[in-house]
Amino acid sequence: MKRRVVITGVGAVTPLGVGAEPLLRRWAAGEVGISDGEGACREFIAKEHLSVKEARRNDRFAQLAMVASDEALAQAGWNGEKPYETERIGCVYATGIGGLESLEGQHDNLRDKGDKAVSPLSVPLFMVNAGTAALSMRHGLRGPTFQVGSACASGGHAIGTAMRMIQMGDADAIVTGGAEATLTPLARASFQAASAMSPTGISRPFDARRDGFVMGEGAGVLVLEDAEKAEARGANILGEIKGYATTSDAYHITATLPEGTYASKAMDLALREAGLLPEQIDYINAHGTSTELNDAAETTAIKLTFGETAKDVPISSLKSSIGHLLGAAGAVEAIATLGALNARIVPPTLGLEQPDPALDLDYVPGSSRSLTPKNGTPKALSNSFGFGGHNVVLCLEGSA
Amino acid sequence: MAAATPEAVESRIVEALASFGPDVEQVTRTATFEELDIDSLDLVELAQIVEDEWGVELKGDDMKSLKTVGDAIDLVVARAS
Repeated sequence: MKRRVVITGVGAVTPLGVGAEPLLRRWAAGEVGISDGEGACREFIAKEHLSVKEARRNDRFAQLAMVASDEALAQAGWNGEKPYETERIGCVYATGIGGLESLEGQHDNLRDKGDKAVSPLSVPLFMVNAGTAALSMRHGLRGPTFQVGSACASGGHAIGTAMRMIQMGDADAIVTGGAEATLTPLARASFQAASAMSPTGISRPFDARRDGFVMGEGAGVLVLEDAEKAEARGANILGEIKGYATTSDAYHITATLPEGTYASKAMDLALREAGLLPEQIDYINAHGTSTELNDAAETTAIKLTFGETAKDVPISSLKSSIGHLLGAAGAVEAIATLGALNARIVPPTLGLEQPDPALDLDYVPGSSRSLTPKNGTPKALSNSFGFGGHNVVLCLEGSA
Repeated sequence: MAAATPEAVESRIVEALASFGPDVEQVTRTATFEELDIDSLDLVELAQIVEDEWGVELKGDDMKSLKTVGDAIDLVVARAS
């Protein structure tokens, strides 16, 4: 029998502040962390959390990951000695792009001053696995540690992969999640050129006026443990990952398949692993990017999986509050989803004021609602889809 | 290029090393790089600064022999004269 995998700690740094608690509280209260068309982590001041050396040696995305990880490990009760042999603790961590701010800065040095001006720290700053390496070294994690990349599905893939590795016995615990910090001139220009980013700078998923995503930055970290071992050590269990599935559209490098066939298939498979029927799901945390294509295709995919019951399940998008955190999105959204289940609330899709007639599900416009679990513990799906046609679905269960 | 007087070199090297992490009071002539948690990557960056300031090129082998802050200051002063 496969081992069960529980979540014992979460941490986040997002445009809604430093911490997983303000993320859910402020989203549920209807606050928007976006200003001037971007979701920046304005309340994150590196020197308040990191030494000069730590800040200098890590790109912003890794800095965000480090601070989120301190919160998650503290919540898991891992402050002092680790509860398992360090070779049995892994780190499977995500980023979509990597240390782009550092890469752009070093390229400026190369162009303006020549190759001798490029810092010896360049590669460790911008390599995509810099966040994973920083967490492994910071916390002495000596089991399997590697970086996962699938664009905006990266965070979901990291969590799912980590869950699978614990199930199969590759590790007893894994620190997972994702981080991204690419509010840079090159990223802005690139996403604008691809017509993916909102020219108006407004994130309003599922609204008739939606015109693209709003870029955000941040990090989420989750501590996953083998359920039996976590219970044996008396850990405070926040929830369980009941199902994980991933499929691919094999269709277009940036556009989602309009029919939603394979996104729906991922939801089907995640539900099957969880042993749940669609009507037993209390909430769907949508990928909900605020792009024309995603929100339509995701709606179609939910209808394919949920059939007649699609209209009954509340669906909302965290991106309406903080924008699209790219490789961190799936991680931060899983954390917010778990928090919502445990707080028994359904947070809203903000900015949804003019419904799109073609999108006719319950997207929880405007304000939060209370959540009453249908069967004992609350259960949710969290969807993540990425450029390249990568689909990930997690099925999460909150505590009783 | 500024004159590489012992005082100027010491001042600039201490400032550079302090910007890498250690408190400036810790960066004395007798402090070792190990004590200051200054590693090989930091020393390459220090070499870039030294070359920018005084045109002194330090190679990998030069850096390996350095143990203390004073070693680095003395080497740069000697090479620059």
